[in-house]
Parts: sequence; structure tokens; C-alpha cells
Amino acid sequence: MKYHDIVIIGGGPAGMAAAVAAYDAGVTDVAILDREETLGGILKQCIHNGFGLHKLGRELTGPEYADVYRAEVEKRGIAVYTDTMVTAVSPERVVTAQNRTGVLTMQAGAVVLAMGCRERSRGALNISGTRPAGVYSAGTAQKLMNCEGYRVGERVVILGSGDIGLIMARRLSLEGAKVEAVCEIMPYSGGLIRNIVQCLEDFGIPLYLSHTVAEIHGRRRVEGVTIAEVDDKRRVIEATKRYIPCDTLLLSCGLIPENELTRAAGIPMDPVTGGALVDEHRETAVPGIFACGNVLQVHDLVDYVSDEAEIAGVGAASFVKNQKAKRPVIATKAGNGVRYVLPQQVHADGSEDISLFLRVTKPFGKVRYTVSAGERVLATANRLKAAPGEMEKITVGRDKWQGVAGPVTVSLEEL
Amino acid sequence: MYDVIIVGAGVIGGMLARELTRYRLSVCLLEKENDVACGASKANSGIVHGGYDPTPGTLKAKLNTAGVEKLFAAAAELHVPCTRCGSLVVAFSAEEDEIVKALLERGLINGVKGLSVLTGDEARALEPALSPDVTSALSVPNAGVVCPYQLTIAAVGNAMDNGAALQLNFEAVAVSREADGFTVTAADGRAVKGRYLVNCAGGHADQIAAMAGDGFFTLIPRAGEYMLLDKAEGGRVRRTIFQVPTKEGKGILVTPTADGNLLTGPTATHVESAESTETTPAGLETVARLAAKSVPSVNFRQVITSFTGVRASVAGGDFIIEPSKTVQGLLHVAAIDSPGLTCCVAIAEYAVGLLQSMGLAAEKNPTFNGARADVHAFRHMSNEERDAYIKEHPDYGKIICRCETVTEGEIRDALRRNPPANDIDGVKRRTRAGMGRCQGGFCMPYVMRLISEERDVNMTDVTKNGGASKQLKGRI
Repeated sequence: MKYHDIVIIGGGPAGMAAAVAAYDAGVTDVAILDREETLGGILKQCIHNGFGLHKLGRELTGPEYADVYRAEVEKRGIAVYTDTMVTAVSPERVVTAQNRTGVLTMQAGAVVLAMGCRERSRGALNISGTRPAGVYSAGTAQKLMNCEGYRVGERVVILGSGDIGLIMARRLSLEGAKVEAVCEIMPYSGGLIRNIVQCLEDFGIPLYLSHTVAEIHGRRRVEGVTIAEVDDKRRVIEATKRYIPCDTLLLSCGLIPENELTRAAGIPMDPVTGGALVDEHRETAVPGIFACGNVLQVHDLVDYVSDEAEIAGVGAASFVKNQKAKRPVIATKAGNGVRYVLPQQVHADGSEDISLFLRVTKPFGKVRYTVSAGERVLATANRLKAAPGEMEKITVGRDKWQGVAGPVTVSLEEL
Repeated sequence: MYDVIIVGAGVIGGMLARELTRYRLSVCLLEKENDVACGASKANSGIVHGGYDPTPGTLKAKLNTAGVEKLFAAAAELHVPCTRCGSLVVAFSAEEDEIVKALLERGLINGVKGLSVLTGDEARALEPALSPDVTSALSVPNAGVVCPYQLTIAAVGNAMDNGAALQLNFEAVAVSREADGFTVTAADGRAVKGRYLVNCAGGHADQIAAMAGDGFFTLIPRAGEYMLLDKAEGGRVRRTIFQVPTKEGKGILVTPTADGNLLTGPTATHVESAESTETTPAGLETVARLAAKSVPSVNFRQVITSFTGVRASVAGGDFIIEPSKTVQGLLHVAAIDSPGLTCCVAIAEYAVGLLQSMGLAAEKNPTFNGARADVHAFRHMSNEERDAYIKEHPDYGKIICRCETVTEGEIRDALRRNPPANDIDGVKRRTRAGMGRCQGGFCMPYVMRLISEERDVNMTDVTKNGGASKQLKGRI
């Protein structure tokens, strides 16, 4: 069996940033395993710009952002196994993978899970009607267009106003397709405001909030869809049904962290994030197994994925070097207006500043966040607005953590 | 001039073709779709029914009882996923308890072995997820589940390996009886001649019968909607859970599938035609509500797809398996609704007997081989087996479908072996690529590329299921 100090599963933005951070923290025997031919993950198909503004201080396309990290990986001589699919991870950190040479097993000093996420499918949405060609998840259509060079449709309806859906609305328009409508079942969009402006408004594409696709029509190829308004329980209002002729339906209805390996390894999960339960170093409840990026929680920007991956990479390096004894942890909780808080547990011994990441339950105006332990307030933060599509970060300084014993709650009040 | 033409490459036509290749006969299967198993054979419950249900004395009763063991044997020989998991028919009231007892009696008359009536508690001891409201259950240990489209594909493939011909996209528009046999003409002008003609056209069997000049029956298409759940739900129950037949129909079942998913359905509604395979909000809602009646803990957030199958039923209720009374050399194997899948081998054998009685000379084929080479399904292999196999076949090292662990080697094999897949759905049914939780989101572009390579078609001509179902609209 091969041995590597750190084995990273997935060579997208999270895996690459974790590898570089681990190496720079002093652990040089790092290996990245990726199922595709080249590193970069989904960034390879994201040919639009807007990447790197926060992290690198310049605006790049997805492939360019990936190239920055790929160069860093290469410069360090980090081992890369491409075309290699991991099929199992054990709690003892034995990684099983396969490629065209056979089945590989590796003992890892630490494992970083960085498998990313997948899109919610038509089946999972349970849209009724026929099952013709021309129903795509937005990412699949993006890959076919941007990596393979094909047009997927001429008249398109998009369900879901997540960022991929918005970006694909623009991409399809640029290639000559007519995007008839974007339907969003919620009363607000889950996408970034800049994407609604640049991808829909600039192209005159209507966004119908509180609307869904009720039925798909067409026997061999999509011929149209029935869209309808929904009530506050997201049920279709029959009287509002209307037919839109189209040949393509794109689905951009949410991303699901791809945690099959994680679950099979028996790692405890957070039902709200869909990712593992982790501490402030992004270590899961199984010692030496870390998680970061969209496999842990779905992020808004790749820049934040890189940030989180660096935390996990440094954490994994520290685990390999120190093998520290388990220290007591306290839980973090989502309070009023907050959907989840990550990390879900922290070592509150005051040895370092800890940032808490969170999402809110619905859009708010001006808010104040409060991080508290019982009666004690650890931090507050005011924001001009809050939206579920935009992750929030609140840092609690190391001195504040001292003496905190019970669970820590993050809540918000609208101002 | 073929000895026998079979119209329709569903599970019945396919199994009959295989049965006929046991003899020195030339056989041609005609199928209107771009693949086999495109009608009811791909969209049904996948159940091997025990045999307690058909009315004693009917063809259904006779062929069901005889068919169960024949089906399990054929599935094993053809390496088709199949499990003898048993079934329970559950009752929810004193009135329904009586129906359970009546089903036991009927089963005994039909010659079904191993039946017993359980109390509600005994049933829950076997299946802890059963509703606390279940009052009694009929236990049917000989029942099971089989993958219906894999069975059809394997049967046709084995028939082809033994010499049968298959013509796809052959939509029959005319059947003429001539002195020496039949000529079947397709919409595109192709014509196939044969001495005997067998009508296995499923939901279109009444149309084929009429085309041949013997339209004495009319099918009543009845749709059944289903929801298929992730393998994470596959262990919710170990047996097929039926409800006793009620006014709402034969009842909604909850069953593990032969491939490890959980299946719920079907509804029963009259529809316009065999092509009415759309799902409806009301249908899916009914499935969820009635499935939860038997097994309240089914997690419908784990649904990965929904689909509709259309049964080919007739008013009388029994199969129509008989030589035409007016057209010499024509055999009908029609109105094959439930338990048709269970009976398919028994039906095929019975149909061969009828053809012989109609004068078909059938001499044993000494080279017949009823076994079909196993597909090297990676998900069933140990790491040692995988390593050894990849060393010999590097294409099996590349996983294309991550949800179902399907390798490039398996997909190429599906595009080469009989009957070769021609489209994305064909690859899916043969390999399960695209059948998992992401429903092809990741693997579809790769599958399309492999189809393009292996079948020598342009990417822009790759279809989902033939005809106008092209995925792409052209180059950028």
C-alpha cells in the first residue's frame, strides 16, 4: 500500500487550495486524486469572468482561476493522480481509488474531502409530464457548450435563479438562443445580485418569482413547458398556468454536496448543509479526515472555497505533524433568522480567532448579528442587508472564547 | 423469407425469439422504436408475482404458476438482476383480512406453494417499516423482483447470439398475407417476409391484429405512474409490499428493485393510448399517499425519477394467446398485462407449442446456447476482482457514471454486444449510467461521446431515444 501524508480527494478549487496550503504549512508529501483528465473541477467549464476579485485582487475567468492554483500545485511538485476515481475512504484513512492501471489503495496521514457538489435533477424535483430530450441541468448544458462546443437549445426556459442558471441564461443568449423566461419558485432569487443584473436584465430576460415549471411537454424533444405561479406553500395555482413553447428546459434548482464517500465512511453529517459536521479547522468527527469547499457547504464564490480549503489544508498539516490529543469542543447553533452556522463545533480554548460562517433563512433589510453563549455576548456585527444567497462571516477574537463552556448561538435581529 | 417474424421487441417478443432459436428456425424481430424494451417492458413494477392473484382456470393462472420458476431460471442463465425477496399482501381492516384469506384460497387452487396468512404483528416482525395499521398479510415466499428491461435486452441479445435478426425503427404500416407467408412493410419502406407471424406488439397489438386482417380485440390502455427512490431508501423494506385489491385498483406497492432502489406505484388510470406515458401531479400525489399507507416512513425526498407505464389490457382480463381464427399462420400473443413479466418464459414456451400445432416444423438447434455472458458490472466486484480485470481491460479503470459506478468499459460493451445500444437511454438501461441520483448530470456528455465513437455518428446526431430526440442543436 502506498503512503502519503495527506491525500486530497478532488482536484477542483478546494482540493488545489488545500494542497498548496498544506504544503506551505510544512507537509510536503501531499497527493491530489481527481477523476478528470486535468485539475480544475467545475471551474474548467465556467468560462465567464468574475472569479478571483476577493482572493486574488483581479478578475479572472474560471479556467484562469484554476490555472493560478494549478501552477502553484505544479511549482511545489505535489503528486497529482488524474483520471483517478476514489471509490472508498475508510475511517482509518485508507483511500481506495481506480484508474486505467488498476485499483490503488493508499494509507493517508490525513485526508481532505474536496469532492464538490452536484445539481438537483429533474427527477428529484419531481416535475410531471413527459420525459423528452432537451431537459438539462444547467451545469450539464454549460459543459456541453463551453467544453464540447455544442448548442443545446434554441428556445429555452430556465427553472431556478441560482447563479449557474443566471449565467447560462446569458451564455445561451450570447450564442443566439432565445431565453423565454427564468422561473424561481421562491419569492426571491438565490443568485448574486450582480448576476441578475448582468445576466438577465442586460439581456431583457424576464424573471418570474414565485413561479415554477408545472409540466413538461413533448414526446421526443421538449416542445414546451407549463409554468405557473405558486402560493406561499409552493403549491401550483391552477388558474395561473400558462404554456410557453420551447425546445429546452434548463434546471438550476440547487446544488447538493456530493457526500457519498463521506457517508460510506460513517462520518456524521449536518442535515442542513448536506455536508459533514466539522470544527474550526474543518476536521470532521472522524480524526484526521477534513472537508472543505462545496462538499462541505455550497459557497457563493470560488474565492471563499479557496479560503475554506486553506483552513482545511493547514488543519490537515497540523494533524499530521502533531497528532494532538482530542480537546473538548462546544457546539455552535443557528438562532433566530439563521439557517445554519459552520463550523458546527469549535475548540473554545482561546488559542486562536475563529470565524463563523452562516446563512440566513430569508432576505432581511438592515440586521444585527449576535454571537452569544448563554447571557454572554461574544461578538456583534451590523449589516445593511442579509440574503440566503450570500454567506455571512463573523469573526470572534481569541480572547472572547476564553471561559466559554456552553453552546454558542448566532442569531439576528432586524434593525 | 424468415420462418417466423415477431412484431414487437418487448419482453414477450424477446423471450419468444430466444425460445425459437432453440430450434433450427430463422427468426426476425421487428421493433418500431430505436431499442428493445421501449414500451411496457421498461416501465412496470418489475415483480415476479407468486400466482395467488389470477382467477383460477384462466391462462394467466396457469402460466403464472408455471412461469415463476422458469423466469428465475432464465434470469440466472441470462445474468439478469433478479432476487427472490418474497412479497406480502397487506390488509388494513377486518373486511380486508377476509380478502387476504380469499387470496390464500385462490393461491392454493392455483397451485402456489408456501403461502401463509400472517397477523399484523407477524408481518411487522418480518418488515419493521410496515404500518401499525396493517391487520394481516398474505406471505408469498416464492415471489421476487427482476429488472424487466435488462431481462428483455438479455433475451433479445441471447436470441441474436443464437442467430435471430432484429430490425429497429421498423414501424409496421402494412401486413399482407400471401400464398407462402406474410410481408410486413415499415413506414420507411423496408419489407420483411416470413412464413409465420407472431403479434407481440404490446400496447399496439390490436393495431397489428387489424393490419393483418384479424382485428377482433381492442386494447384498453391503462397508465400506471411510479416514483423511483434513491438506493439510500432501497432497504426500507426487504419484500414487495402489496395492498389488497380495492376499488382503487390492484393497489400501490412498495418494493425493493432488483438493482437496489425502492420503487413505489403504480396508479391505474385509463388513458388515450400506449404512448400516454406522461406523469401527472395527481398521479404522483396518489402514489406517495398510498405508498405511505403501507410503509409510512418512505422518504419521498429521495425520489430520483418518476415514470409512467401503460398496460395493454382487454375487457375480458385474460391474456390473448391464440392462433388467428381467420388468418392462417398468424399467432396473437396480446393483452399481456400483469402478470405478463412473470409469465414471459412460460408464454414463450406456450407460444412455440402453438406455432408447432399451426404447422411450424421445429427441429432442435444443436448449437443453441442459452447462456449470455455476464456484463462485467463493476459495482458488484471486489477490489481484487476490479484490479485484475482492469489490468486486462484498461477501459474498466475509467468510471464514467459516478453515482452507479459504471465504467467506460461497460459502456463500450453495451454499445457493441447484442443488441447494441443506439442512444443515451439504451446505454442507461444496459449499464445504469445516468440512472443514479444525479440522473446523468455528470456522465451524459461522456456517454454521448462514447456513443458517437462506437456507433460512428456525429455528436449532434446522438439521441436520447431515437427519432427526433437529438440532444444537441448543432455546433457553436
